[in-house]
Amino acid sequence: MVFGIFLLLAAFFVNINLGSVSIPFKEVLNALLQQPTAKESWQVIILEYRLPKAFTAMLVGSGLALSGLLMQTLFRNPLAGPYVLGLSSGASLGVALVIMGSAFFGGIFSTLLLSKYALIVASSIGSFLVLLAILATSYRIKDTMALLIIGLMFASLTSAVVSVLSYFSPSEKLQQYIFWGFGSLGDLAWQEVGLLSLFWFGGLLLSVFSLKNMNALLLGEQYAKSLGTNIKQNRLLVILATSLLAGSITAFAGPIAFIGLAVPHLIRQIIPNSNHLILAPAVIIGGAILMLICDSIAQLPGSEFTLPINAITSIIGAPVVIWLLVRKKKLVF
Amino acid sequence: METKQVPLLETKNLEIGYAQKSIAKAIDLNIPKGKLIATIGINGSGKSTLLKTLIGQLQPKNGTIFLENNNIQELSAKQIAEKISIVLTHTHFSKNLSIQEFVALGRHPYTNWLGVLSVKDKQAITEALELIDLQDKAERKCSNLSDGQLQKVMLARALAQDTPLIVLDEPTTHLDMYHKVFVLKMLKDLTQKTGKTIVFASHEINLALQLCDEIILINQEKVIQNTPQELIKDKHLERLFPENLIRFDAQSSTFKIVE
Repeated sequence: MVFGIFLLLAAFFVNINLGSVSIPFKEVLNALLQQPTAKESWQVIILEYRLPKAFTAMLVGSGLALSGLLMQTLFRNPLAGPYVLGLSSGASLGVALVIMGSAFFGGIFSTLLLSKYALIVASSIGSFLVLLAILATSYRIKDTMALLIIGLMFASLTSAVVSVLSYFSPSEKLQQYIFWGFGSLGDLAWQEVGLLSLFWFGGLLLSVFSLKNMNALLLGEQYAKSLGTNIKQNRLLVILATSLLAGSITAFAGPIAFIGLAVPHLIRQIIPNSNHLILAPAVIIGGAILMLICDSIAQLPGSEFTLPINAITSIIGAPVVIWLLVRKKKLVF
Repeated sequence: METKQVPLLETKNLEIGYAQKSIAKAIDLNIPKGKLIATIGINGSGKSTLLKTLIGQLQPKNGTIFLENNNIQELSAKQIAEKISIVLTHTHFSKNLSIQEFVALGRHPYTNWLGVLSVKDKQAITEALELIDLQDKAERKCSNLSDGQLQKVMLARALAQDTPLIVLDEPTTHLDMYHKVFVLKMLKDLTQKTGKTIVFASHEINLALQLCDEIILINQEKVIQNTPQELIKDKHLERLFPENLIRFDAQSSTFKIVE
């Protein structure tokens, strides 16, 4: 655990040291400590750009990894991730409606619709509506597995609507939508980071109350029930926590792939323990570290280009999961 | 003396079944402390349904179940968890758990809101592991265990839950003959050593007749509870199966193939 936190701090410093403008390490420290830097612009870059980006990366990585862990245990399925319930597709639909739908309105209304906050609000509403639908169905059905399939159905339904919208949209709108899908950690000002961390804390708090019952769920629902666990109440708690975490992250940073699925598996390789009281803090730290590393790579240090973060997480995440499968021959949850 | 003792579990005019279908009616059971009791019946006779109803996971269609004189319908899931532990046939649990962790989850009803184990919990886990003779293997992962070993681990978990009643659903399936006897013998020893009552469903009628204190027989929507000797005397076993293939031989207390 101590080692993990040390690693996190190291990744954090490496991350804020790297960027398209190369700034000497000493000057980075100066900027962090509010000391004058050799160039004034460096201070602005560090404090107003790289620092909030690093914090966003940590919130995004840890939040997605935690929701991935909770979903894998809830559905007792090693392939479950934060988006299995269709949250990201709900967010995509919201954003697609705003970006591509704005073409039909035009004038002042369209510029209003295309502000950054409009996208955040749209994706929040999108994932919230999907969440409501999931909660309504989860209240009616007994079988948790059926919930998984319903989540997949919602995902394919919303992506179909997005396809229809894309088909009728002009190319520049389409491009804008695709850029949103790439994910982005760097667009957030301090104020937005604060708002995101508020949701993050909310989700985390709800998760903490589910941890004991998540351990019981490792035995399967029938055993958990015989141990006094309220299955429906716990399911509701976990869905709410994941939605808060994954929903707000998608709203602020776009649909970030793979972290939520891969980090819990990576952590299980390192920590031979199934207790969620140990796994949960471990995936939070692990997710934050991995996201910082991915972001550092995406920056392509020294160059002017920034790669889409979503591509980097998948490029790193997919080989990792393949390697695990080949080595262990089976993934356990 | 027996009659004055409060029964561990009692049913009054119980009817079991699902929404549209009644499986058995007028069930009056009296399950005392410290006994090994088998539930037998042909496939589909409702053994699992009866046990599921008795442990409070299935609503009775009619009648009442009393757990130490309390109506089970009025008890919370946690209250029941402190009285009844279960062992299931299926193994759909996380194979990433070690034996130690698996058994520790039996302490779930007693731990605090975060599930941290107290000294007393750890003691109960060690005792359960020792009773089943698993203490040397505690660190092993469940993914590397045979069916017989898994059965022992699940039983140790139920013991750690420290309940006066343990209910097992077909503990002898998937086991070879030696291990079938081994498991049933272990259950018998446990009832004598710990004073717990163990109720299990099984198809091993021959073994159950030899080992159990009492038997709950389900046959054609009727449920009878009695000692093996009385059941044999009243010729209940003769009527269990169609007579064209096997018949019950009262003298040796076993089923024989009709020649």
